[in-house]
Order: sequence, then structure tokens, then C-alpha cells
Amino acid sequence: MSLAARRSGIPVHVWAGVALVAIALGVLPFVAALAGQAWVRILNFAMIYTMLALGLNIVVGFAGLLDLGYIAFYAVGAYTYALLASPQFGIHLPFWVILPIGASIACLFGVLLGTPTLKLRGDYLAIVTLGFGEIIRIFLNNLNAPLNFTNGPQGINLIDPFRIGGFSLASTETFFGISFSGPQKYYYMLLLLTIAVIFVNLRLQNSRLGRAWEAIREDEIAAKAMGINTRNVKLLAFAMGASFGGIAGAVFSATQQFISPESFGLFESIIVLAMVVLGGMGNIPGVILGAVLLTLLPEVLRYTMEPLQMALFGRVVIDAETIRLLVFGVALVAIMLFRPAGLWPSAVRKRELEVAKEEAAA
Amino acid sequence: MSEHTLLSAEHIDKRFGGVQALSEVSFSIRDGEIYGLIGPNGAGKTSLFNVLTGIYIPDGGSFTFDGAPLNRLKPNEVAERGIARTFQNIRLFQNLSALENVMIGRHVRTHAGVFGAIFRDRTTLAEEAAITSRAYQLLDYVGIATRANDLAKHLAYGDQRRLEIARALATDPKLLALDEPAAGMNATETRALKGLLEDIRRDGTTILLIEHDMKLVMSVCDRVLVLDYGRKIAEGTAAAVQKDPKVIAAYLGGEVSLHVKAAG
Amino acid sequence: METFLQQIINGLTLGSVYALVALGYTMVYGIIGLINFAHGEVVMIGAMVALSVITGLLGSHASLPAVVIILAGLFVAILVCVAIAYSMEKIAYRPLRSAPRLAPLITAIGMSIVLQNVALMVWGRNYRTFPTLITPTPHIIFGAAMTDLQMLIVVLAALLMGGLVLIVQRTRLGIAMRATAQNPQVAGLMGIDINVIISAAFVIGAALAAVAGLMVMAYYGIAHYYMGFLLGLKAFTAAVLGGIGNLAGAMLGGLLLGIIEALGAGYIGDVSNVCGLSSLSDALQQKCADNDGQVSLFGSNYQDVFAFFVLILVLIFRPSGLLGERVADRA
Repeated sequence: MSLAARRSGIPVHVWAGVALVAIALGVLPFVAALAGQAWVRILNFAMIYTMLALGLNIVVGFAGLLDLGYIAFYAVGAYTYALLASPQFGIHLPFWVILPIGASIACLFGVLLGTPTLKLRGDYLAIVTLGFGEIIRIFLNNLNAPLNFTNGPQGINLIDPFRIGGFSLASTETFFGISFSGPQKYYYMLLLLTIAVIFVNLRLQNSRLGRAWEAIREDEIAAKAMGINTRNVKLLAFAMGASFGGIAGAVFSATQQFISPESFGLFESIIVLAMVVLGGMGNIPGVILGAVLLTLLPEVLRYTMEPLQMALFGRVVIDAETIRLLVFGVALVAIMLFRPAGLWPSAVRKRELEVAKEEAAA
Repeated sequence: MSEHTLLSAEHIDKRFGGVQALSEVSFSIRDGEIYGLIGPNGAGKTSLFNVLTGIYIPDGGSFTFDGAPLNRLKPNEVAERGIARTFQNIRLFQNLSALENVMIGRHVRTHAGVFGAIFRDRTTLAEEAAITSRAYQLLDYVGIATRANDLAKHLAYGDQRRLEIARALATDPKLLALDEPAAGMNATETRALKGLLEDIRRDGTTILLIEHDMKLVMSVCDRVLVLDYGRKIAEGTAAAVQKDPKVIAAYLGGEVSLHVKAAG
Repeated sequence: METFLQQIINGLTLGSVYALVALGYTMVYGIIGLINFAHGEVVMIGAMVALSVITGLLGSHASLPAVVIILAGLFVAILVCVAIAYSMEKIAYRPLRSAPRLAPLITAIGMSIVLQNVALMVWGRNYRTFPTLITPTPHIIFGAAMTDLQMLIVVLAALLMGGLVLIVQRTRLGIAMRATAQNPQVAGLMGIDINVIISAAFVIGAALAAVAGLMVMAYYGIAHYYMGFLLGLKAFTAAVLGGIGNLAGAMLGGLLLGIIEALGAGYIGDVSNVCGLSSLSDALQQKCADNDGQVSLFGSNYQDVFAFFVLILVLIFRPSGLLGERVADRA
């Protein structure tokens, strides 16, 4: 049955819902801007993390491979962009050229890491990927001598923003009488990219490949016995996940215009993993929820904890940075205790399967 | 049934540490037959399955399947060559629906990759539709069509066994290897299973059957191989095998009495 | 040769600490299959508590002998660590025992963040120096120096590990622990109270962690709220290197990792010195002349990389670690 026929089967209220969400997402950066441009930047981060979490979800959620060094691919993408679009080497390639390069190099790293290690059992793979993540970070930190590649701990500054022709996303501009700030323009671009990443993830999940990943997650031996080349299929999950990480990294680089190894530590890997697990492993809406929530939560805490303490005790007892991480840690524990399968776990994909049934019957 | 040999095993050996799990086991299965594999617990039946399907590498000997050697292939390559199996302790994809389980069985006979998954081109859509309808067909074939959308882990035990068979059949096997499919089934379910096995054979798939239910083995198998302590002690028609003194001795030492069970 | 021996001695010292911490990871993993991410923080808390008690006593009872002060610090540190580990298991891990496998991993991460920030609140952001109670007197062995502090660390670690092996091999508790590690359900049916066994694993691990915390602080002379992170990571790496779930493996892995790191840090500068190739390029020749013939691709700041490189290599060739049993896939 053709795609068009399926589309026509979608009822009007669903379209209305989609339209509402679209409008909400469209005006969101202006609503956020009322609270300050910082909040627009936070929204942008939420989308970058969403891309990252969705990439990791392919590896952990779909294929069931525990990757604790995922941030390495993010770093590879970010540094690829930074080195090819900054004064560091005096190279200034346009964004749309670097994005595929960043994705491919990250993908290559994924394959390089995956090829020898994917035969390892679950937790051994976890520690190997963790080690790989640390290796990448240490190299980024130290590849400033004897030859300077990465500029070491100082990081790379003055990275080019997105530019399409003469149109830069970094500056404020006015269209149709509405003033768009830099972060707001980035917002729309990130929104498009994020929607594309979500779309690709949905498509992958509901495919021959997605089923093979899930089969491996459920029972690797049975998957092999059913003729699935588990090594290749796992490697593909790794490579796909790495590519998404690379894309998110390049976008991060361009959005921040400054990167340093500090942004790519194990803690970041762990936070992204927490987004996936806490949201609901393997379930795309859940993972998005996890990413958005865990990006916003620390920021909300950052802005509310000091006033709250002032109101309660008349003074700041614990400084904002500490208490925000403290509450964050407690929240991770509490959410897992109350919802061990995540906030929005994967439901039986019943409706979709019923559609398939009708098609088969037709 | 033709006289063409589908699978032949020559002097298969497998050791685990000091234990000789299989020793010089040779046999051959003809195209279109139901070939039984019996023996007391620990006789090496499941080991033989695992060696055949590439999960273990044999220490010696070789298999020839459908005219070509089957040596040192990985499990997925064995499946690709046309041997599908079920597991003694059911290994379904527990958190996926029955339908998805069978759809995964189609993996090895289909081709869509990353590109097809993302862009859903005409070929991929057609392939997906074919996978789905074949999966429904197979669920219907084994008699659990109504359970298509239930998670595998929520199916009744007997239904899980049937689902495993459907999933194996989805790989279009020439040889279907079943490891104790009747284990845990009641008499009615076993009778239905017997019908299913006969249907599968009639539709052209050869069956290798490990089974403890002697009544089922004796009534459905054309020929039977008896293993004891990793050695072949008898091979022949069901009727001949159950009169074989070596077989009777092996079983009298064990817990199953062949005579009583095979009486029906 | 002296450098070599010196690095072995340094590595052995640090390796003893890794081994003690690795035991905590491996016991918990062996019994409930959980990577207890917060274990490194327990080490840090141990160090910090010991530091507070010791500096406090030095202020109020300076006349006490150093040994008494240190032992008092250690004692309190062990108590605190044990209490934390015990309650952590009860609150954050036990309720999730039958939950999806990654759920307790996330709570462990949460606990790790909580402990770190509690430490930050209590002890502040700055590096804290450990008072020199034991003046390190070097003893010369074949040209290499080993201080009495190093000797103390190695000997004490060896004694503790020996004690642990005795407990696990000989006592009822140890047998029950091994049984639970083999098969918790069956162990439960045999009348073993699994909750007690799991708590015991956490408690013993925490006590060892407290000792390790004091050791590493005394060795480096400083403590910091963030010190548990990398230490924990390395110790976990050591446990995996040896074969996780295996006590002897954790000890071997810890010692090996310490030695590999020390040797790596000691030699990498020379090994990756590119001045031997200086005839290839004028620029390089110039650079070598400027730097006394020492231009290394990798300096000792790559020390932390070795641990992970070795780990990856070992696991590629021995997927279950050095002493881990081969887990054949069962059909």
C-alpha cells in the first residue's frame, strides 16, 4: 500500500494537533526570549542534546549496546567543524560542507572502535567505550604539543557561525518587521535539523534494520540463529549512532563558536545516557522527553534555587551551582526509583501494527 | 520423499574440557523426511544441534548440506544456507510482538538497508509489505494468527513454541531443526503439533526433530538416530530402533521406558 | 635500570590502592551485576572524613602519637563510608533489583553526583593538603628509592587483600557470598539471606575504599572533592582488566594497571622522542637543538591514556579479562 494512501488515513484531529505543535514550536523562541536570550540558548541546547540522545538511543535503546563513551563522537564532530572553520588552521569551509565530513569522520571512529570491540559482552563493551571516550578527551587536551592541532585545554575560539552566503546566523536581523536575535535564528535551524534527526530515527526503528537491532537487544544468539549478521548489524548501529553524535557536535561547535575538551568528559557521556534511560530507552518520544527535561532541569534549578533559598532562609545557604547538581542527582535517583522503565517507556506499538495488518489483509 | 541427501554428517566430534559431548557421529538426512534425534538426557542431542548450526565449532568431522560443505560457518551463515532452528529453552524476542518475531525471521531473505529505511523507496515499501504479509501467513499457518500483536512473553507456553517454529519457517529453511518442540505441551497441543510437523513436511521442508515425547517421535519420524553418551548407538526406522537392544539398554538406564511410551 | 625499578615501585604503590578500590567494584558486580558508579565517591568521602578527623585531632590533641591520630581518622572514615554504602544500597539499588538492567546504573550515577556535591558543600572547592604525619624516609633498594609510606601502603593493602581472601574462602559469610554470586535464586532457596549478603559486599567494599582513600591522600599529600572520579574509573578499569567479578582478578588488575601507568609515564617521553628522525626535516632539527634533543610526540600527560589502551587491547584478545572465566554462549 502506498504512502499516500496511508497519509490519507490520518484523521483531521491529528493534523490539527500537528499544526498546533508546529505553531507552538514556532513561537517558542519568542516566548523564551521574554525571560531573556539565555533561555533561547537553553532551548537550543535542548535540541542539540535531543540529537545526541537520539543517536545514543540507536546504540543503547535499539541495539542494546551499552556505550559509555558516546560523547567522543560528539567531540569528533565538534572538533572537525572547529578545525575546518576557524582561524586555528585558517581554513573556513562552509557549514554544509563540513556537516557531512564531521558525520563521516565520527562514523569512521565508530567503526574503528566497534570493529574490534563489538564481540564483547555488555558491561565489558561499556568500559571499553568509556575508555575510548577518555582517550579521545585526553588527546584533545594534549594535542597542542609538539605540534598544535587542538590548542589543548584552551580550546578553539572564534569558530565560524553558520553562514549561508552572506547571511550569518550569529547576528541579529530584522525580517518582516520582527527582530530575530542570533540564538533565535539558530533555534529555527536546529529545529529543522532536530526534526530531520527524529524523522530518520523513526524511519530506522520501523525498518528491517530496526527490527534486527531490537532482535539483537532481545536475544543475540536467537538473532544469529535467524540469520542476522549480528556483527555487521551492531556495527551499523554503532556507526549510525556515531554519525548522529558527529552531526550534533558540528552543530554545537557552530552554535557556541568556542569549544574546549572540557565539554567532552565522561560526565557528559553519562548525562546523555541518563537522558536515554530516564526518558525511556528505545522509545523515541521518551528519549526526546528525557533530553529536554535533563537539559532544562539544571537550568531551571540554576535560576530558582537562589531566590528560593532567599525566600526560605533569608540568605543563600548553598551556592547555586552546587545545589543545582545536588538536586539533579537526587532527581535522577528519584525518577528511576519511581519509574524504573523510564518516564515514557516504549509501549507495544499496537496501533502501527494494526495498520500493517490491514495492509496485509488488503 | 526422494532419495536425495540433504544433510550428511561425517564423524562429528565435540569436547568440552574433558567431556566428550559428541564422538564420531555420522548420519544423513534425506530430502523431505522427518528425522528424529533421540537419546537420554545428556546424550549430546542439543550439542549436535549447536555444532550443526554454528554455535559451537566441532573439534572434528564435517557436515555437507545441500551438496556443499558447511564447515566453520557462523550461525547466521548457516541460517542463510537454509537451516533454521528452534531452542529447547525457547528463545523468542520477548519484548517484541509475535508478528515482529516472525518478521525478523524474514531478515535473512530480504535486503533493505539504511537508505531504504530512511527514504522508503518503492522497492523497500514493497519488501516491507511482503515481509508483513508473509509473517501473517506464517502465524496463521502455525495457528496463532489471533495473537499477532501480543508480546512474545505474554503468549501461552505452547503458543511460544509455535511462534518459534513460525519464526524459523520465515527464514525459508530447507531443513527445520526443532529442539524438543513438544516439551511442556499437553496431549491436545502435542497432537496439533504433530499435524503441524506433517504439514511442514508436506509443504516441502525437511525436519530434524529432537524430542523426548516418544509417542510423537515414533508416530511422526521416518527415521530415527539414537545418541547415548555422545555416540550413535542406532539409526533406522522408528519401528526398528525401538526394538534395538542397545537402545533399550540405554533407555532402561535412563528414566524413560521406551516400550510403554511407544506403545501407541 | 634504576628508573625501571623506581617506576615499578611507584606503580606497585598506586596499584595497591587501585586493587583495594577495584575489589569493591568487583564484589558488587559479581553478586548483583551492577557497576556501582558511586564507589569512587565513597573513596573520596573516606579520604575527606579521615582528613577532617586527623586535622581536627592535630589541632586539639597534638600531643597524641601520629599513629593514634591516623588510626582514629581511619576508623571514623571507615564508619562513615560503611554507613553511606549501606544506606546507598538500601535506598538507591535494592528497590531496583528486578528493574531493567540500566535503571540501577542511572541511580548509581545520581548517587555519585549527590555524594560529590555533598562533599563540595562540606569540604569546599579547593585542594586540601594532608598534614605530613609520616615523614617519607626513602630506603634505597638496588638504586631505587622506596619510602616507608610506600612500604606501608603496599604491605597494608596486601594484608587487607589477604584478609578478604580468607573471609571469602573460609567463613560462612564468604561461602554464602560465593554461592550468591553463582546463583542468587538457588542461594536464596538454600536459606541464605541474599539481602544480608549484598549489604555485606557493599559494606566490605566501602571499608576497603575508606582505607584506599586515606592511602591515596597520604601518598599524594592532597585531597579534593573530585578525586574519586578518576580514581574510581581507573579502579573499575582494573577490575575489568582482571576479569570483573573475580577477586584475584581485581587485585591483579589493580597492580598491573598501577605498574603499566607508572612505566608508561616514565618512558613514553623517551619512546616517542622524534629527534632520532631529525635528519628528515630542518624544522625538526632546529626544534631538537632548542630542546636538548628531547621532542616527544607524547609526554607524561598521556599517563591516563595507558590504562585505557591496555584495557582495550586486553579485552580484544581476552574478552573476559585476564582471569575472568570464559563465558561460552549457551544455546
